[in-house]
Amino acid sequence: MYKYNDFDEAFIRSRNKQFRAQVERRIDGSLTEDEFRPLRLMNGLYLQLHAYMLRVAIPYGTLRSDQMRQLAYIAERWDKGYGHFTTRQNIQYNWPKLTDVPDMLDALGDVQMHAIQTSGNTIRNVTADHFAGAAADEIEDPRPTAELVRQWSTDHPEFQALPRKFKIGVTGSPNDRAVTKSHDIGLRIVRGGSGQTGYEVLVGGGLGRTPMVAQVIRPFLKKADLLPYLEAIVSTYNLWGRRDNKYKARIKITVFENGMEKFRDAVEERFKVTRQEFSGADQDVLREIEAHFAAPAFRNAPEDAFHAARDADPVFRSWTDTNLTAHRAPGYVIVTVSLKAHGETPGDASADQMRLLADLADKYGHGELRISHEQNVILPHVHKSDLPALHAALKTERLATANIGLVSDIIACPGMDYCALATARSIPVAQEISSHFKAIGLEEAIGQLKIKISGCINACGHHHVGHIGILGLDRAGVENYQITLGGDHTENMVIGERAGPGFAYDEIVPAIERILRAYLEVREDASETFLDAYRRLGPAPFKAALYPAEAERDAA
Amino acid sequence: MSRAFTPKVVTANALIEGDVVYLTSDDRWTREHGEAELIRDEAHAQLRLLQAEKQRSVIVGAYLADAKPGPNGPEPIHFREAFRTRGPSNYAHGKQETSNV
Repeated sequence: MYKYNDFDEAFIRSRNKQFRAQVERRIDGSLTEDEFRPLRLMNGLYLQLHAYMLRVAIPYGTLRSDQMRQLAYIAERWDKGYGHFTTRQNIQYNWPKLTDVPDMLDALGDVQMHAIQTSGNTIRNVTADHFAGAAADEIEDPRPTAELVRQWSTDHPEFQALPRKFKIGVTGSPNDRAVTKSHDIGLRIVRGGSGQTGYEVLVGGGLGRTPMVAQVIRPFLKKADLLPYLEAIVSTYNLWGRRDNKYKARIKITVFENGMEKFRDAVEERFKVTRQEFSGADQDVLREIEAHFAAPAFRNAPEDAFHAARDADPVFRSWTDTNLTAHRAPGYVIVTVSLKAHGETPGDASADQMRLLADLADKYGHGELRISHEQNVILPHVHKSDLPALHAALKTERLATANIGLVSDIIACPGMDYCALATARSIPVAQEISSHFKAIGLEEAIGQLKIKISGCINACGHHHVGHIGILGLDRAGVENYQITLGGDHTENMVIGERAGPGFAYDEIVPAIERILRAYLEVREDASETFLDAYRRLGPAPFKAALYPAEAERDAA
Repeated sequence: MSRAFTPKVVTANALIEGDVVYLTSDDRWTREHGEAELIRDEAHAQLRLLQAEKQRSVIVGAYLADAKPGPNGPEPIHFREAFRTRGPSNYAHGKQETSNV
């Protein structure tokens, strides 16, 4: 995994020193809030509903065990003993004091982490497939690419004042787990005709107020051309992107309003210049980065203990059925540790849980951890023979929930419990759905399902691409929840369709239950997932279940 | 006919802790909504807001929020303001922590 060099180290230290002085000047009155706000945002510090919030980048979702331990320490030392993992592979601390933030940033610097460009109209934390470097279906590890982009975009002088924020996501697998089609730029590592790997470059995706699926701007880009091409896209956007209207400032609108052809032509024209400006030094850097991401030394060991435990322990068996994914190395699996224990806040981890995960990563997982956009923690390299011991240890901190991909594995943004932008709460809705389906015992019967909840139109909870999406709004001073159906977050991205009028806070869980009972009625058999059934039948049976009075009236 | 003025309180976040605060009639910042000054006159509300905004080394982001009289002082009207009086619903943090009151 990437380790900072002297340049990185010196840069982080000097930025933190600058910010410490800025905080001091804010407190002694020499900076007004208007002057200070952009400075704190550049360093990931927001002012939320009840307190400040510090958003820390976890570049491409990759963490070392010592970094996870430090996140736990920070949570205990300066926050309330927990952190919240987000849909953008960040961790957020919800209760820092302004005066403590410089110390928190220094503590992050001690383990080569930072909060730079986790806010503001800049290129944000670069995200990637959370199974990177481990997945059986992977063409190439996307993390060296993501790290190269991180280094290029961090403090890039031309891109510190873009029309709006800018998000880049990378996948190295054809099965897209990084939601690349919802990014301003999505990079998909593909194999070209000659067998060489390169990038399919997508542009103009985004959720939020105007959801759009990214389109291909370049079907195949040579690896060596990546940074000049990215620079061509972002600089074209920087010139063309609208600054007159915040809601029309994202690149998706720039591409939409100009048309892909015109935008592509401008990018290609600019690329002729940028390609000349890159001397190839970036490729030397990439080779250095790649060396950091060498696979760990996998071992050969018998798997008997794993099979014996599966036969003997139904709880273990159930967990291995839901929480494991195929690994490229024989005998190994990818373990997804659920941060969605029934009734808990999606994505929250206590300091004790973080510390346990760090210890288990050291003991069973080559010291590596990942954070997924689905707000879970991944141990990417675990040998099957270690799974019984791992599972037993996870149980001690309520981390052994067997629910990955099921109804309770919900994405939820912080919503109005924390976020100043939110129009309604999302966390308690997620908690209640999760507890309710556990209580009525339908979770297993329902099977694979993605519920995604956002507490405002900005869609941090990815509701548009949930099989069932829930959007919390303020309707005349009351929380109201709209349901979308049929969304898909994968390489075949689909924006879900709105089902109809919204539901009050105390009506939303029964509404979800009606949809899912209808699904259990109409599915062909247990192998037909909710999304498959929706695609076969369309929205009609689910709308009828959601709005029984209307359905009755229509039938009369 | 102009609409009746909805009474207001001046609210903000404390500069250091970020905690929600309200302006009292005797010019203090309180963490309790019920202790806030309930302002019934629009011109006075604007004046109080200006006075609050000047205290930039104490608070941040002052604004006027709708409120109504109640048996224990002013009460919030909108649910967002009601959440701000207590803290998040998933943990007993913020103003729900006795140590923080």
